[in-house]
Amino acid sequence: MSKPKFKNPVVNWIDYRLPIFTFMNHELNEYPTPKNLNYFWNFGSLAGITLVIMIVTGIVLSMNYTAHIDYAFDSVERIMRDVNHGWLLRYIHMNGASFFFIVVYIHIFRGLYYGSYKAPREILWILGVLILLLMMATAFMGYVLPWGQMSFWGATVITNLFSAIPFIGESIVTWLWGGFSVDNPTLNRFFSLHFVLPFVIVGVVILHLVALHRFGSNNPIGIDVKGKQDTVPFHPYYTIKDLFGLSVFATIFAAAVFFFPNFMGHPDNYIPANPMVTPAHIVPEWYFLPFYAILRAIPDKLGGVLFMFGAIMVLFVLPWLDKSSVRSSQFRPLYKLFFWFLVIDCIALGYLGAMPAEGIYVVLSRLATAYYFFHFLIILPLLPKIESTRPLPVSISTPIITASSNASTVMAMREKK
Amino acid sequence: MRFSKLVIYFFILLNFFLGKIALSAGKVIEYPDKNWSFSNIFGTFDKASAQRGFQVYKEVCAGCHGMRLISYRNLAALGYNQDELKAIASQFEITDGPNDDGEFFTRPGRPSDRFASPYPNKKAAIAANGGAYPPDLSLIIKARPNGANYLHALLSGYVEPPKNMKVPEGMYYNKFYSGNLIAMPQPLYEDGIEYLDGTKASPDQMATDVTTFLAWASEPELEERKQLGITVVLFLIVFSILSYFSMRQIWAPIKNKN
Repeated sequence: MSKPKFKNPVVNWIDYRLPIFTFMNHELNEYPTPKNLNYFWNFGSLAGITLVIMIVTGIVLSMNYTAHIDYAFDSVERIMRDVNHGWLLRYIHMNGASFFFIVVYIHIFRGLYYGSYKAPREILWILGVLILLLMMATAFMGYVLPWGQMSFWGATVITNLFSAIPFIGESIVTWLWGGFSVDNPTLNRFFSLHFVLPFVIVGVVILHLVALHRFGSNNPIGIDVKGKQDTVPFHPYYTIKDLFGLSVFATIFAAAVFFFPNFMGHPDNYIPANPMVTPAHIVPEWYFLPFYAILRAIPDKLGGVLFMFGAIMVLFVLPWLDKSSVRSSQFRPLYKLFFWFLVIDCIALGYLGAMPAEGIYVVLSRLATAYYFFHFLIILPLLPKIESTRPLPVSISTPIITASSNASTVMAMREKK
Repeated sequence: MRFSKLVIYFFILLNFFLGKIALSAGKVIEYPDKNWSFSNIFGTFDKASAQRGFQVYKEVCAGCHGMRLISYRNLAALGYNQDELKAIASQFEITDGPNDDGEFFTRPGRPSDRFASPYPNKKAAIAANGGAYPPDLSLIIKARPNGANYLHALLSGYVEPPKNMKVPEGMYYNKFYSGNLIAMPQPLYEDGIEYLDGTKASPDQMATDVTTFLAWASEPELEERKQLGITVVLFLIVFSILSYFSMRQIWAPIKNKN
């Protein structure tokens, strides 16, 4: 037996039989992490923490919720009015969904900007896209549970999408609904799935972390770690940095929960669901708007559904669409430009998804949709052929100095010499 | 990437998303912006106004509109004591039952009862109002975009219709209602009620009071929420500052080496 690793004999005794402490020490304490990560690398841990917040508040909410079309709306109002601090739990959960998507979208765009999806992290990236898909399904079903007007009509519109599948579409929709319209069986199964899917997400998140720890984090300059001099142990350096990121995030989150809890919601969802009255505009939650815009941009129903799902599917194959061996946009001037075009395009799609599908909005939606796919399917594969990338630094700890480098860095380097 | 830059990016993104929601929820009609006692982050309900608003609801609105999520006991939040609550509740007849003989019966209300509904059921409400359902008011302020300003404007929006406009029978012209034709007749008139506290019952006063009352009914947790929020946000700001400097100190040896 090797020398005891831990001071506490009980810990050592357990660890010899079940090396859980060695594992935690290895993955959370010693875990070598590139020392040049910027604040965009905070969003992974923020997403994980938000997931935990959602699960904890969700479990408590479910203890007070009734999944029945006659009682769901009132049971949510009972939580808001009569359950001790029920309003706090519910507003945290409701706003938490929006903040989860804000955090995850930033996390994804960080991956796009710094090429974090490239070899050898393809599976890490694919698992991440899978988490996004699961989150979307969970969020959609969660929005149905309060059984307000937007819950009901959102559920009707989205489930109806499956009717676009040729031949068997109608049967699939009936099967999803458990009847011939969105009704009590639909609400029941959505509640059941909304409860279970977050735990599936936890499972995929664990795989995501296993894949991450295989090669460690990517970093802002996108080159591989060359040795010990390029890394710092995760603890205390990134635990404290993540704690600081979390406290800033929590401040903004708390401000939304306590002062503007309904800002990201829709007033119609405080009207109980009524199958006889259709709202003037059926709008999904904001985080679905870009996809909603793509859905409506295609004049054909089946085509719209295919393009909408295609917008996610294209992310699965992204590691093989972008063939450039350089990861970070810092050294890819053209990619950097197109990255920002993509950001603008996605924001435009989100805006267009909130607008009525008429007039100029339809034309703009089509252009924005076309550009989205053009970026991934045409620009990315072609870019390495025409782009001259900037020279890469030798290592993280010895960045090379080029004419384009920041003048103050040059000065600092000179002073040291 | 410097931290300040990140914060700016984050706020641009957040602002964009939030702005977009506001846009999607926005309507073409603009309502005058009233300065409500409960609107800013330190806001509380003007209790006297809310009590008067309850009187407006009881004497004017309650003829057609129910508030099925509110109990008489909840009114304690507006400053009524237990005896007053009992007295208020007992003014209403509540249908209860079945008793041991299997009969439904009426009895005076108790503080634990929900507000008495003007109609036995939704169909009866629709039938009695020419096909239009008078919506339940428990959540009305949250269920309309810009709810408080909207309701105040709507209650004050009954004006003469434009000359070329035909107002069908059973409908009324309201300049703030979407489509301008509303099935609710003008509810508030000068001195339509006599306030218990002697305040002059002008239509604007009544509209303001009843809006304050309904805003409380929609968000009874508002005062507790905002008070707790100030504590929580202040704590988190201090915590952020402390964790920032802890981070700086821990990272100092690494940063200095480069």
